[in-house]
Amino acid sequence: MNRFHGQSLSWEFKNGVVELALHREPCNEIGSLTLEELEKFVAALETLQRQAHALIIYSTMKPGFCAGADLRELYLRLQEGDQSQAAAGARAELERIHRVMNTLDTSPLTTIAAVHGVTFGGGFELALVCDIIIADKMARFCFPELRLGLIPGFGGIPRLKRDLGNGVVRDLLLTGRSINATKAQAVGLVSQVVAEGEALKVARITADQLKKFDRRAAIAAKQFIKPIPYEELLKEIDIFCELFTQPAVEQGLKKFVESTEALSYLP
Amino acid sequence: MRTADQTLDEVLDLAATHFKVPREKLTGDDDFFKTLGIDSLQALDLLTRLEHHFNVELPDYELQGVSDFRTLAGRIQARL
Repeated sequence: MNRFHGQSLSWEFKNGVVELALHREPCNEIGSLTLEELEKFVAALETLQRQAHALIIYSTMKPGFCAGADLRELYLRLQEGDQSQAAAGARAELERIHRVMNTLDTSPLTTIAAVHGVTFGGGFELALVCDIIIADKMARFCFPELRLGLIPGFGGIPRLKRDLGNGVVRDLLLTGRSINATKAQAVGLVSQVVAEGEALKVARITADQLKKFDRRAAIAAKQFIKPIPYEELLKEIDIFCELFTQPAVEQGLKKFVESTEALSYLP
Repeated sequence: MRTADQTLDEVLDLAATHFKVPREKLTGDDDFFKTLGIDSLQALDLLTRLEHHFNVELPDYELQGVSDFRTLAGRIQARL
């Protein structure tokens, strides 16, 4: 399927480049609908990547790339059934999202995240599966999960550890603070910082450059430099599920869902 | 080195320009959420613009409990 327009995302294959656009209000929160459409996308990618050389992931939503998991949906899941059912449901969903993330991470295409604005939690984790992150100067990156009594669950910690020094990982994870694109570039997370509103344009220019290279060489280079931390990814799911049924999580989610504070997105 | 008053002026100038509020309507003691009519996502946008403008890194948890421009400017001044 060369083209798809869903409720939360769309994709198009053109001139050797697959573009995946996220467009769910308000800021591409990843819930069951987005997950279903992401699964459709990775299924279609099997065929698309035989003809393509690059994948660009971007958002058409003004506030940013992606604000992370749909916390309202997560809260409702915790309300339904008993603790063991909630934990089993969370594990099943995490395993599905990990399959999507791992497929994107190991895709033979060179993958580019063109990010702007809020790139938080699961959105940050989606950017981290990409080979190259090109950030609008107004982008902000953050792992706010600790304030909910959780850890990132979409593969964030193992992938952040793969790409950055442990000191930076600890700071981001344990303080829950957000950093801007300039800082993200300084620590080696972002490779290019561009002017406001220009990330997608620069990603397209970068994707155009990639088609000049032999695909076998590009795939070999990617496989050599980018190992997938499978064991740690599985461990992350275990830790997340252990924490998920703790009272602190329900309280944290309740506080977020019911919040009318202007500061609800700030850790 | 900027003085605290200069820093506050620049914060007010930047906020007025970006959020299209008449500069003369903003004072240091105003609650920026109310005066600018912004939510947390827009506050992050303001924070990023201030970091770029002053070339500082301002952890967002330092904004917890801060809602007036003068205190915000003071937090920036401490990092200049």
